[in-house]
Amino acid sequence: MNEPTPQARAEDVARAAYGKLVAMLASRSGDIMAAEDALSDAFVAALKTWPERGIPEKPEAWLLTVAKNRRIDQARKDARLVITDEVPEMVEAPSFEQDNALDERLALMFVCAHPAIDAAIRTPLMLQTVLGLEAEDIARAFLVSPSAMAQRLVRAKKKIKSAGIPFVVPEPEAQPERMAAVLEAVYGAYSVDWLEGSGDLSHEAFFLSTILADQAPKSAEALGLTALIGFIEARRDARVREGVLVPVPEQDVELWDDDLTSRSAALLTRASQLGQIGRYQLEAAIQSVHAARSVTGSTDWRALSQLYDGLLRLHPTIGAAVSRAAVVAEDIGPAEGLKLLERINAPDIETFQAAHAVKAHCLVRLGRVADAAEAYARAISLCTDLPSRRWLEENLAALRKKMS
Amino acid sequence: MRYTFLLYSNPADFADLTPEDWAKEKEVYGAYIGALQEAGVFVDTDWLHPANTATTITLKDGEKRVQDGPFAETKETLGGFFAIDVPDLDAAMAWAEKCPAAKHGKIEIRASAMGDY
Repeated sequence: MNEPTPQARAEDVARAAYGKLVAMLASRSGDIMAAEDALSDAFVAALKTWPERGIPEKPEAWLLTVAKNRRIDQARKDARLVITDEVPEMVEAPSFEQDNALDERLALMFVCAHPAIDAAIRTPLMLQTVLGLEAEDIARAFLVSPSAMAQRLVRAKKKIKSAGIPFVVPEPEAQPERMAAVLEAVYGAYSVDWLEGSGDLSHEAFFLSTILADQAPKSAEALGLTALIGFIEARRDARVREGVLVPVPEQDVELWDDDLTSRSAALLTRASQLGQIGRYQLEAAIQSVHAARSVTGSTDWRALSQLYDGLLRLHPTIGAAVSRAAVVAEDIGPAEGLKLLERINAPDIETFQAAHAVKAHCLVRLGRVADAAEAYARAISLCTDLPSRRWLEENLAALRKKMS
Repeated sequence: MRYTFLLYSNPADFADLTPEDWAKEKEVYGAYIGALQEAGVFVDTDWLHPANTATTITLKDGEKRVQDGPFAETKETLGGFFAIDVPDLDAAMAWAEKCPAAKHGKIEIRASAMGDY
């Protein structure tokens, strides 16, 4: 293996420390933008100094000191403009304590997903402030212009400061509700590019959820989400073959990451021992049934069907309803699957791609090829990602071959 | 940090209130003010006459202009306010939730900008 260059190592260390440092610098003043400015200067200094003199023993403390000094300078400069006797707040900066820093990063995640912050900006905000992603990269992933994304991020940060949103981990009684918002924002980051694109964001989201699982070990759903993402991440290499989607039951189990799967399974067990069932644990349990195929060689459709029943009771979504129909089609038969599909009562079912794909699949197995071809064509027209589209097109082509 | 709760409601919702209803309302608000005082966070409060009795004044375009009525005609109007002093938005939100005005109207929470500029 190649030794990373000093430059690359410096970048890695600096990046890993990012969220902690933003949290520590901003927690007192609530000013995330000032913290980011000070940090970016510290990073420039680090990337200049570290490759030459080596990475300091405590790189985070080094970065924090430089950033704090920079803030004091700035405060002095500002003070000269406003003319006041007040001592700048950052002179008396918090000391660097590892455990404390962990809490502050968690607090920062709660700030980003605060109920007073627009739900649509929570995920981007978390990606930027906790992980240091550039607004431009976030904008690309969310399919908005960089300037629009930058503007919305700035607006959110200004609101955090001026409205006085506290940098604290909420009290236990408020936690389940507040944690749900944090988990949703993290899961939102995961779903942005899990299938297509570089997968960078899903990687970051996994990292975020690992932080959560580490720091909120009593939150069953935080553990559940981390297990869920872990199970899905473990199949990364098997998911797409030559640009075409491979459905989970057809994936080559040799390409699955067994280590990550078993770590996820262990997390899910820990979550279930806490005795607070939730949607992410159920979704993780569904993935664990799929994962078991690498050991048993087959998929337990009955277990999947029961888990989807539970999920639909607890957290009904159109996606879960369609997946349940697909699972029942395997467990009982395509006619039953089709019946369930037709019974789904959601206004957007007609434009939901997966519903048409599952319908096509059931119709093929029932020998209704013409109807199946129509359903595939409809699914293709609604498909927004390339690997799924190619998979649907292959299915349709095979069907047409059979028809002629 | 000082926060002001701007209490918005639709005056039509109160049109049918009897004197007994009003007396009860006053009692409920009195209890809320008492709770704020007891917690040591109370700063100020007022209850305003309806928006249609408002007089709006501006010198914006260089000359004084006076308008009979509120600056904007909306269904929900500002009916009163509370000013409280609490550490952060979480505390302010918790008090706003307890405010009787939240039951039939909307409460806009705004932090004081005094000292920020």
